[in-house]
Amino acid sequence: MEPEAAKLIGAGLATIALAGAGIGIGTIFGNYLSGALRNPSAAPGQFPNLLLGFAIAEATGLFGLVIALILLFVV
Amino acid sequence: MAAEKSGAPDPMHQFDIVELIDIELFGLNLSFTNSSLFMVFSVALIIFLTLFSFNGRATIPTRLQSIAELSYEFVAKMVRDNVGDEGQKYFPFIFCLFMFVLFCNMLGMIPYTFTVTSHIIVTFALAIVIFFGVTLIGFIMHGIKFFNFFVPSGVPKALLPLLVVIEVISYLTRPVSLSVRLFANMMAGHTMLKVFGFFVAGMFFSGNLFISPLGIAPLAFIVAFTGLEILVAFLQAYVFAILTCIYLNDSIHMH
Repeated sequence: MEPEAAKLIGAGLATIALAGAGIGIGTIFGNYLSGALRNPSAAPGQFPNLLLGFAIAEATGLFGLVIALILLFVV
Repeated sequence: MAAEKSGAPDPMHQFDIVELIDIELFGLNLSFTNSSLFMVFSVALIIFLTLFSFNGRATIPTRLQSIAELSYEFVAKMVRDNVGDEGQKYFPFIFCLFMFVLFCNMLGMIPYTFTVTSHIIVTFALAIVIFFGVTLIGFIMHGIKFFNFFVPSGVPKALLPLLVVIEVISYLTRPVSLSVRLFANMMAGHTMLKVFGFFVAGMFFSGNLFISPLGIAPLAFIVAFTGLEILVAFLQAYVFAILTCIYLNDSIHMH
């Protein structure tokens, strides 16, 4: 297989990591919503934690994107 | 670089570094680039905001003073909640860090500007300085006992070697994750905006009577996505600052 073709296939495979990111972000927001609907007065206090958790879960998915970019533009 | 076909749309061109003033010192290329220019803009805007907003020092703040007071209180609350009272002396650093990353991200949302934080070297420089600083603070405050940080309490003795290795590795990946999070968010956002921009231009100017009006669809997406990107710019600056506060808290208070 040509290295160019292998790079493109590898970059495509690396985006599978974003599936995990989607699940993680959905889990965090879903748990926040179910907690907020049970106890609305406690919801604003946990909002910073929500944003922090979202950013960390998103970062894990974006690591996969970085691998894809490295394969496409650096290797 | 991957082979570029001439004439094909290239969304990565917006991240090119352009040297504005060539400076060569001791064999090092210290040119003033477009990246440096936007860092200067960012710092100048922050100085303008903080200096000129306190001109009147009114008890009932004017609009500009309100913005400065809000951002001060926002960062002060973040430092107070996450680092505690000993951490108040690090507030100027966290404030500068948060404002710099925020303004750099936001300036990049203006069309035709350059996003400083979309380069890994910029975010990595920030993250590695934070990492070394936080580790140094930990060693100065606790001496050699800082290594107790890697030994979690209540762990059966048999698991200890493995767990310490895992803890050390996860500690060492902190600057990597901190820098890559900001870099990837900024680069991915701007690349996506550019790609959809190419779609809009391609569809509007395709000359095909059926495709041309459909160019409104990617345009609507760009409008919505730009709104999301502005939110992401603020969120990433906030997450960068709050994670720095959390790492600082780990060093000062050791669990």
